[in-house]
Amino acid sequence: MAFLSLSNISKVFGTTTAVENFNLEVEKGQFVSFLGPSGCGKTTTLRMIAGFELPTTGAITLDGEDITYKSPNQRNVGMVFQSYALFPNLTIGQNIGFGLEVRKYSAADAKARIDEMLELVHLEKHKDKYPYQLSGGQQQRIALARALAISPRVLLLDEPLSALDAKIRVELRLEIRRIQQTMGITTIYVTHDQEEALLLSDRVVVMSQGHIEQVGAPASIYNYPSTEFVAQFVGQLNLLPVTNVDMKNGTCKLAGQNVKFEPMPERKTSDELRLAIRPEELHIGTGEGRNALKGRVESVLFLGSVVRLRVDVGGIFFSADFFNERRITLPRSGDEVVISFPEHSCWLV
Amino acid sequence: MRRKSFWSWVWIALGAIYFILPLYATFDFSLRAKKGVLSFLSYQNIFNDPNFWKTIEFSLVIAVFTIIASIILVVPTAYWIRLKLPQLRGMLEFISMLPFVVPAIVLVFGLIRVFSGAPFFLTNTFFGTDILLVAAYVVLALPYVFRSVDTGLASIDVVSLTEAAQSLGASWSTIMFKIIFPNLKVAILSSAFLTLATVIGEYTIASFMVGIKAFGPYMSLIGQNRTYESSSLAIISFMVTWGFMGLIQLFSRGKADSSSLSGAR
Amino acid sequence: MLSKQDSLLNGKRDAPKARPAPLPWRNWLGVVPFFLFAFFFIALPSLTLLVGAFRDNAGKLTLQNFVGLFDPSILNAYWVTIKISLATAIGGGLLGFLMAYAVTVGKLPNSVRTSLMTFSGVASNFAGVPLAFAFIATLGRTGLVTLLLKNLLGINLYDQGFSLYSFWGLSLTYMFFQFPLMVLVITPALDGLKKDWSEAAANLGASQSLYWRKVALPILTPSILGAIILLFGNSFGAYATAYSLTGGFINLITIVIGSQIKGDIYYNPGLGYALAVGMIVVMSVMMAIYYMLRRRSERWLRK
Repeated sequence: MAFLSLSNISKVFGTTTAVENFNLEVEKGQFVSFLGPSGCGKTTTLRMIAGFELPTTGAITLDGEDITYKSPNQRNVGMVFQSYALFPNLTIGQNIGFGLEVRKYSAADAKARIDEMLELVHLEKHKDKYPYQLSGGQQQRIALARALAISPRVLLLDEPLSALDAKIRVELRLEIRRIQQTMGITTIYVTHDQEEALLLSDRVVVMSQGHIEQVGAPASIYNYPSTEFVAQFVGQLNLLPVTNVDMKNGTCKLAGQNVKFEPMPERKTSDELRLAIRPEELHIGTGEGRNALKGRVESVLFLGSVVRLRVDVGGIFFSADFFNERRITLPRSGDEVVISFPEHSCWLV
Repeated sequence: MRRKSFWSWVWIALGAIYFILPLYATFDFSLRAKKGVLSFLSYQNIFNDPNFWKTIEFSLVIAVFTIIASIILVVPTAYWIRLKLPQLRGMLEFISMLPFVVPAIVLVFGLIRVFSGAPFFLTNTFFGTDILLVAAYVVLALPYVFRSVDTGLASIDVVSLTEAAQSLGASWSTIMFKIIFPNLKVAILSSAFLTLATVIGEYTIASFMVGIKAFGPYMSLIGQNRTYESSSLAIISFMVTWGFMGLIQLFSRGKADSSSLSGAR
Repeated sequence: MLSKQDSLLNGKRDAPKARPAPLPWRNWLGVVPFFLFAFFFIALPSLTLLVGAFRDNAGKLTLQNFVGLFDPSILNAYWVTIKISLATAIGGGLLGFLMAYAVTVGKLPNSVRTSLMTFSGVASNFAGVPLAFAFIATLGRTGLVTLLLKNLLGINLYDQGFSLYSFWGLSLTYMFFQFPLMVLVITPALDGLKKDWSEAAANLGASQSLYWRKVALPILTPSILGAIILLFGNSFGAYATAYSLTGGFINLITIVIGSQIKGDIYYNPGLGYALAVGMIVVMSVMMAIYYMLRRRSERWLRK
């Protein structure tokens, strides 16, 4: 039996269905992300686990116990809010100790635990300050410490880094992962930032419009997306129109040139199929066992570590990414070029 | 959740009773001028009284001048301070709070002492006294007019707008009349209606300065002699105030805040 | 300032340190009318009263007027004014808070909230002569409620010793504009209580009452105190309602000042000045405390 399981969860607000058909099993100690665009239902689902919303149907089980209708202050799950939600009238130390006081810790035990938490997030010197005296990133670390102080069974984070500067975000998200692994705490992390989700999680739940699109490890979500939504939402994707599709032999034509892909005999042919391939799989020049297409460079975008070429193949535009090198000579707009990719790196959608 | 709502409804119900009962009682009373029958006789008496119309007209005129004077004084000043003299902002806010510190009764005392003798002699003529009255009301309305205008200016980021207009070649009067005032319409209207509501029924200052020429003292005089008519006046006054407040809500799209407070007690 | 040669040598282009441009005097012209107005119509009257308070009838400096404040009837007036201001501030504050609570945290429907706000705006402006008439029609000797109680429940209010034209009657009347004032002032503070805080508290295991005790009420306290002080000041300076209701019968400071202006009874202008100055002092202290409390609460409710 999984540590945390959601079965058949759905949530309807009036006439809008926010979440439907949500089934998930989470093992103890796992870091699971809910990833999706705004309005996909990820926060609603998280709030149902926390108890701030009640599911319309379905059940939530935690450590063998049915907590579906339990009131939020009895679930012992720790939540970190996007807006930090630190109590402005209490000091940092008092904020962290809030849950401990509720649980009637002795003064000595509480102090020990508070100091332990402050050390965990490296903010020992700020114990007697008030939230307004701290920066956004510091406040969020305190919010994390406060949630962890009560030794929750599950840690829930609702887009905790969205309100922070990019640089702080990058530092803090690794901190969160480090702390989670040190403490071995089961964690659900809601985000719309796919880079965050891929980087931090053991498993990713991709959601769209209230239902789950795909669940899996970051690499399998990225490399083997099961739906078009996932393929487009996670990472960059080229979607190119093709003709003369032969599913059994794995051939098709793109702008008149031949392309081979892995045969998918079970699938049916149609006129609306497109070839999907990630920009980083494309190479300049030919190679063994690869599809090669002749085209013309339309534009060159220098993105820092990555250089992106827009290539025009008979009126169809590819994005091709490759790593920047210091002595690189970039092709120029208008140059003729051959781009190639292995047969197994593309698929039909 | 339901238990919480129960008590909420209780408090609201209590408040509602407290507010509605006196209004109902007044209305009921005002209908009983004719013995044994509910009628609008007392209202008719009021409307037939030429003094009613005279005093309302007088107070209305005073109110209009108060509004104009307030706007002319406050808007350019608030704007200018935001734009060029931000260091004076604290002083401006402080001055706008002063009328709270000087209640109407003290203000009228001071004004009479200063302006009725040398060198001003304002109270020697009706015109002079009326000017003094307008000035007093401008002071009374100042906190609300300033707060309203200041909030309005803040919400339209007046500095950026001015800089944009200047870079497009606009003159100061163009900026003032084509950009600042139109964008302050809501603030100006709310403060105008608030001032209207305040001035029309104001008693303290009016009674000491102009006596029964103004509507407030007129109401008081009626109240001393005619009970039924005084109730009708109360209802009429309430309706008028409600009307103005409703208009304010309409124009500020229902954003109710403490800027709807005024100064006649 | 770096010389041109230095800048070129260093390969840097350090601009010379800019001096702030002197403010053209024309800028000040724009605000002169306002400050002139404030001087003539706020500062001058107040100062005149202040100076007058220290002068006797012959124009010589004296503290006699302030001594006159200790006259028993004046002290009584202060006491009554303070009592009524305190009573209506606390009473009005309490019910006003509960009503504001009901429509914000208490989650009553939005239509109720809008009605309450509009009505509060109206009621807080309804003070003065018409308010007095309204309460006479309600609780006067032949008022509706008085008659109702007599006919329905056999209770004769006035026989019991109640009178609208007394301290309690006036207090009840004052409440009519004190509740709404409280509602209008405290609602923004209640709105500022973030939902996240109550959720975080619940998440950490706290019950509703614990959350209110440890988080919400402490956060609201400066605002509530500030509002009550505002109510106190409001009542302290009220004149029209009291005069219309009791015709000067009740001994309030504002009424006494009014008599001095009119020249009734004692006619002691020096005393009038002293009273006026006293009133300004009291109100200033109130405003200062209110301002400090508001800054405090804004700091917490800001983010």
